[in-house]
Amino acid sequence: MRADMHLAEGVDEADVERWVQSASTLHSNGDGFDLAVKDGRLVGVRGRVVDRVNRGRLDPKDVYGWEGLASPDRLTRPLVRRGGELVETDWDTAMGLIVDRSKELLQGPGGWGRFGFYTTGQLFLEEYYTLAVIGKAGIGTPHMDGNTRLCTATAGAALKQSFGTDGQPGSYADVDHCDTIALWGHNVAETQTVLWMRMLDRLAGPDRPRLVVADPRLTPVAREADVHLPVRPGTNLALMNGVLRELIANGWVDEDYVGEHTLGFDELRSTVEAYTPERVEEICGVDAGAVREAARILGTAERLLSTVLQGFYQSNQATAAACQVNNLHLLRGMIGRPGAGLYQMNGQPSAQNTRETGADGDLPGFRNWDNQEHIRQLAELWKVDPMTIPHWAPPSHAMQVFRQAELGSIKLLWISATNPAVSLPELARVRSILESEELLVVVQDLFLTETAMLADVVLACASSAEKTGTLTNADRTVHLCERAVDPPGEARADLDIFLDYARRMDFRDRDGEPLIEWHDPESTFEAWKECSRGRPCDYTHITYDLLRDSPGIQWGGERLYTDGRFNTNPDYAETFGQDLGTGATNTEVEYRAKQPNGRAFLWTTEYEPSPEVPDDERPLLLTTGRTVYHFHTRTRTGRTPELVAAAPDVWVEVNAEDANRLGVGEGDVLRLESARGAVEAPVRVTGVRAGTVFVPFHYGYWDRDAAGPDGAPPRAANELTITAWDPVSKQPLFKVAAVRATAKGEG
Amino acid sequence: MQLAHYLGLLHRSQETLGQAFREVGEAHRDEHDVFHQCRRLARQCDRHAESLAPFAEHYGEDAPAEPDRLHATLFEGTREGPLGLLRDLHDLYLMASECDMAWTLVGQAAQGARDTDLLEVVQACEGETATQLKWLKSRLMEAAPQALVVAE
Repeated sequence: MRADMHLAEGVDEADVERWVQSASTLHSNGDGFDLAVKDGRLVGVRGRVVDRVNRGRLDPKDVYGWEGLASPDRLTRPLVRRGGELVETDWDTAMGLIVDRSKELLQGPGGWGRFGFYTTGQLFLEEYYTLAVIGKAGIGTPHMDGNTRLCTATAGAALKQSFGTDGQPGSYADVDHCDTIALWGHNVAETQTVLWMRMLDRLAGPDRPRLVVADPRLTPVAREADVHLPVRPGTNLALMNGVLRELIANGWVDEDYVGEHTLGFDELRSTVEAYTPERVEEICGVDAGAVREAARILGTAERLLSTVLQGFYQSNQATAAACQVNNLHLLRGMIGRPGAGLYQMNGQPSAQNTRETGADGDLPGFRNWDNQEHIRQLAELWKVDPMTIPHWAPPSHAMQVFRQAELGSIKLLWISATNPAVSLPELARVRSILESEELLVVVQDLFLTETAMLADVVLACASSAEKTGTLTNADRTVHLCERAVDPPGEARADLDIFLDYARRMDFRDRDGEPLIEWHDPESTFEAWKECSRGRPCDYTHITYDLLRDSPGIQWGGERLYTDGRFNTNPDYAETFGQDLGTGATNTEVEYRAKQPNGRAFLWTTEYEPSPEVPDDERPLLLTTGRTVYHFHTRTRTGRTPELVAAAPDVWVEVNAEDANRLGVGEGDVLRLESARGAVEAPVRVTGVRAGTVFVPFHYGYWDRDAAGPDGAPPRAANELTITAWDPVSKQPLFKVAAVRATAKGEG
Repeated sequence: MQLAHYLGLLHRSQETLGQAFREVGEAHRDEHDVFHQCRRLARQCDRHAESLAPFAEHYGEDAPAEPDRLHATLFEGTREGPLGLLRDLHDLYLMASECDMAWTLVGQAAQGARDTDLLEVVQACEGETATQLKWLKSRLMEAAPQALVVAE
């Protein structure tokens, strides 16, 4: 078995003193690897051959990314703003500032409403659970979400809508057993390279599975496809409606499965009826013949695997389109058996855990905010008054949290391990919110990011190599990471920072005991297990001992819904459902009247154009995305020499036709302008569909020592994007904006 | 038939509601979800009004004189801030309720008049109006605690 390995220059395998078990936090695949330690320092990495997810293989970001952690500009002490400048201070001063302001804000009614917590998808489960309890039981605020809102909220929302609760049904092993793979807006070659390796192994082997790919760009994945559907950005739902129409028209439906295990077939059939291949061609710009061929492949597959990611999640009608992929599998009875799988993917290493623990806009244990019994369970577990746990509406989503900060209603915004100054839409607005005098911004990170540069208090934290904890991927595999080396200087584990805050705030339960009694990673994990007991994400069979030297342990078994019974019963479900067009929530009474009886819902709706479409003034469609060499805003990968060399700076992908028309060639600088801002980038002429341009979103300004453009050519893709979001998942639209382009001269 | 007047009332209510959705969306454009959804629902109201037009014309030909106080004024312009948002969405809820009940009554008349075409239109539009109400209510419930207890 091949174990990918990379060691620092001059270091041999024999020199390594210890190999410490860990897993990737630079992408969402859930790859297990061991970190090489010598003289108390990280000197390399080696894939874990026993791991069920990656079997010893490594993503390029993991091969080199550990080097970035030793960058000399690591934060080693807290910083506070004095006289307009960030200066180093000690932990007591920094925490004291946050705690004093917190206590001040909590005086008087509605104090809970003055706090906002914006976390990430890159910390450990234990850290999220602690934060969730601080927020929901300590302070009692609904204003807690994370950057997972930007990448995988739609996965969770679609799973809840269709199946009653969160929880991806498939297993990565389905790649090995399927006869057809469909990738819906998922450039897996650049986002989960090891999963792509697994698919490539199948594509190169006997019994090559057929491949259907929906993507506006001619990605490495699209190049391998039997059918590539270069769908116009923003029209995914029309495409899916057309595919399902073909399936139904041709009788490629498992009628017994549909009759026994689903609700809503008649409505679905009548909604999709009008989406003929010709109509789909008109709306989506995809050849009608290709739609028919794709539908035929999907309709005649015996073991169909689908994956979905940002091309669907960050686009127009995201939840509706993602639900249609669920519907595809329900209509064909392709759920819960080997090869018949479905991954509503995650975009970050531990995004799964924020949804499980409630550190994002969910309730812990996949519980339903609108179910009084679920609230009572949490109140009993934490020994607090049920009224403390906000449950009058869904928890506030990220864009709402930032809106409340913009209004001056939220006065303390605590941002952990994420960089909204580069990753949220409409960056000029975001910078302005963070700079507000009235807002105390606390930023917890490894380095001085663009967001940290605008903060009032900066807390120096430890990387995943420097602390212990667990994390879970999209096929529900739990991994343990053990602390390999010490964090630099006075940097602290995020768990310790949150526990310290809870102690200083003196959060108490109704018996007057400390609300939070756990004190380290393992005791936190044990506390979380109790919260998860009896819920779909039940962790009670997992312990740190079992995770050590393991291939990774799944919750829920290898696959979910193996008997076609779903989690839709009203007492158990995580949601009473939402209208796809408006996000309006169903009442409990309405939901009970549907009498789901363990059946899945075939929700669908009509296609509607994006809120912003090209016009005469801005005739091009902008879509944004990723490169394999960088993760998010390059906080770590941008400090790793090999990755920087591979992808040093921003670019804009332009179709050859459009490049000609604009009078630009390879390397010439193009200026893109939307209603919100501008970006300047050198051109790459590629196979992106005509009328669409692509810009990677990784490139901010920290390496210019700035939080924003500050007079220099702007290059962050999100200068251009729109402040709008899916009505159900509340995930922002990063994939559709209208821009005009002008040549700026030779590059 | 007096139905003509109720069709007239419904038609005007849908037009007024559409206009109100646009005004509220515009006034609160910094609540980006409200801005986009109001624009979308305004277009829906336009379509509802359009679909009524042929029936209003048909039944209007033999209608008696319009009675007094047929129409009510439920919206007098937008307000500002978080509390203003609550009041404006609340007004939209009342106006959508007016349409909702008018649709129901027109549907009853359609049954009485054995007008299956009108009944079909009623069923389609009533469903969408019900969803409008649901969205307004959900959005109001989300916004209320912060606006009423926390905001300055």
